[in-house]
Amino acid sequence: MTTTTVPLPRRRRRNPNRPVWAEQPTVLGQTGKGAVLTLVVAAVVVPLWIIVVTSFSTQAATNRAGGMVIWPDGLTTAAYREMLGDPTVRTSLLVSLGITVVGTAVSMAVSILCAYGLSRSRSLGHRLILTLLVVTMFVSGGLIPTFLVVTGLGGYGRYWALILPSAVSVFNILVLRAFYSSTAADLIDAARIDGAGDWRTLWSVVLPTSRAVTAVITLFYAVSYWNAFFNVMLYMPTDSQKWPLQYVLLTYVNRGNGLPGSLNSGFGSAHAETAPLALQMAVVVLTLVPLLLAYPFMQKHFRTGVLTGAIKG
Amino acid sequence: MAGAAPTHTSDTPAAPAAEDRRTPRARRRKNREQGHPTLDWRTRLRRDKTLILMTLPAVALLLVFNYAPLVGLVTAFQYYDPLDGIRNSQWAGLAQFTALFHDPLFWGALKNTLVLSFVQLILFFPVPIALAVLLNSVLSERLRNLIQSIVYLPHFFSWVLTITIFQQMLGGAGVLNQALRSHSVGTWDIMTNPHTFALLVTGQAVWKEAGWGIIVFLAALAAIDPALYEAAAVDGSGPWRRMWHITLPGMRGVVVLMLVLRLGNALSVGFEQFLVQRVAVGHNAADVLDTFSFYYGIATDNYGYGAAAGLFKSVISLLLIWGANKLAHAFGEDGLYRR
Repeated sequence: MTTTTVPLPRRRRRNPNRPVWAEQPTVLGQTGKGAVLTLVVAAVVVPLWIIVVTSFSTQAATNRAGGMVIWPDGLTTAAYREMLGDPTVRTSLLVSLGITVVGTAVSMAVSILCAYGLSRSRSLGHRLILTLLVVTMFVSGGLIPTFLVVTGLGGYGRYWALILPSAVSVFNILVLRAFYSSTAADLIDAARIDGAGDWRTLWSVVLPTSRAVTAVITLFYAVSYWNAFFNVMLYMPTDSQKWPLQYVLLTYVNRGNGLPGSLNSGFGSAHAETAPLALQMAVVVLTLVPLLLAYPFMQKHFRTGVLTGAIKG
Repeated sequence: MAGAAPTHTSDTPAAPAAEDRRTPRARRRKNREQGHPTLDWRTRLRRDKTLILMTLPAVALLLVFNYAPLVGLVTAFQYYDPLDGIRNSQWAGLAQFTALFHDPLFWGALKNTLVLSFVQLILFFPVPIALAVLLNSVLSERLRNLIQSIVYLPHFFSWVLTITIFQQMLGGAGVLNQALRSHSVGTWDIMTNPHTFALLVTGQAVWKEAGWGIIVFLAALAAIDPALYEAAAVDGSGPWRRMWHITLPGMRGVVVLMLVLRLGNALSVGFEQFLVQRVAVGHNAADVLDTFSFYYGIATDNYGYGAAAGLFKSVISLLLIWGANKLAHAFGEDGLYRR
C-alpha cells in the first residue's frame, strides 16, 4: 500500500521489426505505399462486397440504385430462398459438390501414392516413371485428340469424363514428392528400420507429418474441380440436369447482360428470361461460399505448399 | 556431402547428395569401382515392388488421358470421321495444314494469340514483382499476412466467376456505368469493345493472378541475406540504391525462371477466359489458337482440322520452351533445368 509505482514515461517505441540501420520512412513514402496497398486490397474486396450486398437487396433497392447496390438499403434473403427453390440450381449444387468430393478423393489417393512411390531416390525405375510424368507437362496431344479419346471410351455425358482426364496433376505430384523425399526422408528411414512396410510407413508416418502440404494440395484439387466448366462444355453441353454450378452461373448471369451466353447449341433452354439481379448475385455468392469456408484453414499453408514444389520444380 | 567427395572410403553405399546429378549408370559404375556390390534388377524389383505398385494408378491415368491422345494426333493428317475411327478414316496427308495456312481465321487467331501474349508480358509480368517488393517492405507481419491472404483470393475464382465480376463492375449495366449515368456522362462499355479487348483480358489476368504470382518472388526476397543490406547501409547507400543493387539482383534467378515459363507458354494465353467472352466481343478479337481448335474442330465436327491447329500449337510451344531455356542459359541462369 505504501509503495507507489511511478509509471514510466510513455515513449513512442520504434517499430521492433525495423532494422537499426534502416532510415526512418518519410511521410510521403509511407502515404504512397499505404495508398497503393489500399488500392490493391480494395480492388479485390470492393467487388465482392458489392456483389454480396446486391444479392441481399430487394428489387426496389436494385431499382433505386439502377443496378448493383453499393450500400445496404432494404435487405432481404428473398433471392436466396428463390434460388434454392429452383431445381436447376439445387441439382447443380449437388452435382458440383459430388464432383468436387469424389474427384478430390480420387486425385489425392492417386497423387499421394504416386508421390510416395517416387520419393525413394534409389528405387528401381523411379527415374523412368518420373520422366514419363514430367514429359506430359510439356508435350500434350491437345484438345481434339483428348476429346476423341474420352468420347471413344464412352465418356460423353458421363460424370467420370469430368473427373478422370484431369485427375492427375503432375505438378501436384512433384510438390508432394519433393516434400516426402526431403522433409520426411529421415522419418521414412527410421520407420523402415523399425520394420514398417511401405503402406504402413505412408499411412502412419508420412501422412501425419505432411499435413500442411496435403492440405494445400487438397485445396488445389478441390478448387480445380469446383471451378471446372470447360469439361462440362465438352462432354455434357446439352444435359442441363447434369450441369455443375459454374455452368449454371454462366447461363443465369450472363444471359441478356452484355454476354449473351449461347456458347453452343442446346445451351439456352434452361433460363430463357433474365433473372433478377439479386438472384444472379445470389448464385455468384453460392459459388464462392465453399471456397471462403475452406480458405481460412488452408491459407496459412500456401507458402509451404507452393514453394516446396515450385522452386525445386 | 561425403558421397560426392572423390576420396570416399566409407563401407556403406554412399547416399547420393542432393547436388549429385550423375546418371544411374555412372553411379553404378562408381559403386562398382569402389567395391560396392550393385543389386541385380530382380532383387531390386522384389524390394521396390510396393513402390512401383503405388505409382501405377497415376501412370495408368496418364497413359490413357495424356499419352493415348498423342497417338490421336494422327487425326491431324486425316479427314477424321468419328464413325470410321482413326483406323478407317481417310488419309489427308498435309491437306489439313495447307488448308489451315490458307485460312484467314487461323492467321487472325495466331495474331490475337501473339498480341495478347505480348501485352501480357509487358503489362502483367512486372506487376507481381513490384507488388512483392512493395509488400516485402511492409514491416508489420500481421498487416502483411492480411494483405497477402486477400490478394491470393482471386486466384481461386473460376474464370466464369471472374468475368461475371468484371461484367458487374465494368459492363454496360455495371457499377462504373451506373455512376457515369447518374452523373450524366456518356456510358462506356468496356466489356464489349473489341479494340481494347487485349487490355481488358490482361486486366482480368492481373486481377486474378497477380496476387498469387507474388509467392515465388516473396520467397526469393526472404532468401536474401539481411547482412548484405546492413553492409550496404554501413557503406552509405540509401534505400533506392539498396533496392537496385541487392533486392533486384537477389530476385534475378526467379525472375528469369518465371520469364522462361511465360515465354514457353506464349501460345496458351488462356482458354475459358476467351470462350466466355467470345460472343460479347466477337470472334475477330477473341479467337486464340485454343478456341480456334475448339470452334473449328469440335463444334463443327471438323476434327482433323482442329487437331492440325492443335498440333501446330504444340510444336511451336515446344520450340518456344526450348528456345527460352537456351536464352536463360545464355544469361547464366538455370532456367528450367541446370545445364
